[in-house]
Amino acid sequence: MSAYKPGSRWKSAESETEIVVVRPPSTEGMLESGGAPMLPQSADRGPVGAVPEGSEPGALLGKRYADAESGLEVLCSKSGAGALSFTGRALALKEAKKLPSSD
Amino acid sequence: MHTGLIVEMAAEGLSDRVAIGAATDGVTYADLLAQAQSAATQIAGSGAQIVAFVGENGLSFPLALFASGLAGCPFAPLNYRLPDVDLRKLLARTAPSLAIVDEAMIPRVLGVEGVTIVSSKNFVAMATSAPEAFEAREPDIAVLLFTSGTTGEPKAAILRHRHLTSYVISTVEFQGSGAEECGIVTVPPYHIAAVSAVLTSVYSGRRIVQLPAFSPEEWVRLVREEKVTHAMLVPTMLGRILDVLENELAGLPSLRAISYGGGRMPAQLIERALARLPHVDFVNAYGLTETSSTISVLDAEDHRAAVASDNPSVRRRLASVGRPIPGLEVSIRTPAQTEAEVGEPGEIWVRGEQVSGEYVGRIAIRSDGWFPTNDCGWMDEDGYLYVDGRLDDVIVRGGENISPGEIEDVLRTHPDVVDVAVIGMPDNDWGERVAAVIVSAGSPDPDALRAWTRSRLRSTKSPEDIYFRNALPYTETGKLLRRTLKQEIALSLEAAGS
Repeated sequence: MSAYKPGSRWKSAESETEIVVVRPPSTEGMLESGGAPMLPQSADRGPVGAVPEGSEPGALLGKRYADAESGLEVLCSKSGAGALSFTGRALALKEAKKLPSSD
Repeated sequence: MHTGLIVEMAAEGLSDRVAIGAATDGVTYADLLAQAQSAATQIAGSGAQIVAFVGENGLSFPLALFASGLAGCPFAPLNYRLPDVDLRKLLARTAPSLAIVDEAMIPRVLGVEGVTIVSSKNFVAMATSAPEAFEAREPDIAVLLFTSGTTGEPKAAILRHRHLTSYVISTVEFQGSGAEECGIVTVPPYHIAAVSAVLTSVYSGRRIVQLPAFSPEEWVRLVREEKVTHAMLVPTMLGRILDVLENELAGLPSLRAISYGGGRMPAQLIERALARLPHVDFVNAYGLTETSSTISVLDAEDHRAAVASDNPSVRRRLASVGRPIPGLEVSIRTPAQTEAEVGEPGEIWVRGEQVSGEYVGRIAIRSDGWFPTNDCGWMDEDGYLYVDGRLDDVIVRGGENISPGEIEDVLRTHPDVVDVAVIGMPDNDWGERVAAVIVSAGSPDPDALRAWTRSRLRSTKSPEDIYFRNALPYTETGKLLRRTLKQEIALSLEAAGS
């Protein structure tokens, strides 16, 4: 079974990006940020850089990203530099229609 | 995913923002997480299989909800308004459990076997100690909600972590609320809308203020004092709030949106609300306990378009519950379980990741994922859903299916009718006959009321019997107790010897 279980949390090795797995992938593969494998949330990591001035973050807080081929879907819980990918395939931003509050 | 993760993520991103309570001295997201972790330590150490909750809205409710999630223990808020004997029966069904109970209610629930009681006050007070490491169980069942039992013995609906988190993630933007936003929670903790309000508010970063017990004056006061921006109400509450505003010049300037649901909204009431609070976005939300709350919404634009339109099919949308939310499928099924035509009534079936459709001891969801809701309704040509009521309430008169809701709507437009319930009473010739129970302002002539209905609906839908009462029985969350009413009418007929 994939390590990318729903609810599992991962962080970028190189930036401040953090994500939560919302939907697991149906195939084996590697979740990457800025091209480098993402680390489990609990892993030790050296200091990381903030998003360089004038450039866009690769992952934005609150947005969901998905890989159509494997079904993997993640939620960005902290913005950071470096695009998200799964085994080299870029994750696509999942555009969600904003719903009015109903609760 | 599990519900505990929602508070963990909130605390990381918005640690110092107030999560629950007054803007000046409420509990921040960081505090909420620390306290929930501490409370989870207590729960995990108690040996309880379920955390029960008997109390009004207060900090103890969100705290217990998140702490249970973190500990991997199902959370069961119970209806404290039930008679003691019924409340104790429900509590006994949670054993072995830890019950968090408001001080004043403790004497009512003492001595139920296998239930350890802690007062809400102590539960909150003890949650300030430093959390210790504990063994969380694999999160599975998040919440057990006992259905209101308007049609029999309460069933325990099961909502798993995956249902609730899927609902939250698919309907709300993570930390999408501005720092000034504040929602007011008025529905009691044992209602699905109270559970979902806590989860979606914390996920979106919107502060919550809670009304322990609803009164319209108190609601208006709190909305003004805390500059509340968002509210959820059942129709009866909205009516009483408008009554209070009637006598005041001041409005509710901070309020941006009111969502409503949980019962039928009379057309006059929503029209009155739109006129009195023109700056407020009204949203009609339809959902069930078994679907983790909302499955369709009639949004603010729909409301405004309906009111402004001369086109009857747009205008009538004020009575619809809008369109299904993204990712959720709705299908109207005929008695033969085939897909109904546009406009044809049938049972509402739903399918989606937030749909549980499961009770303790009974699975109502089908293997293909469709959940028959037991509500009946129909869909118009643009996909707007209309809910007629519970399938059990449909009156079968001589083989014809008659929805009480449609007749009630017509009678309610009569100037002398304040409130009305239409029910089916046993009939030797037709199987069932249409009876209307009316709360009236004047003293309308029953024949005039029949003529009123007959001129607007088919003659078979005109009530054969008309009874007058001073009030109709409702649950405090706005559901008409049809069964109670039917029994009461049957008894009074028996007593009258007819």
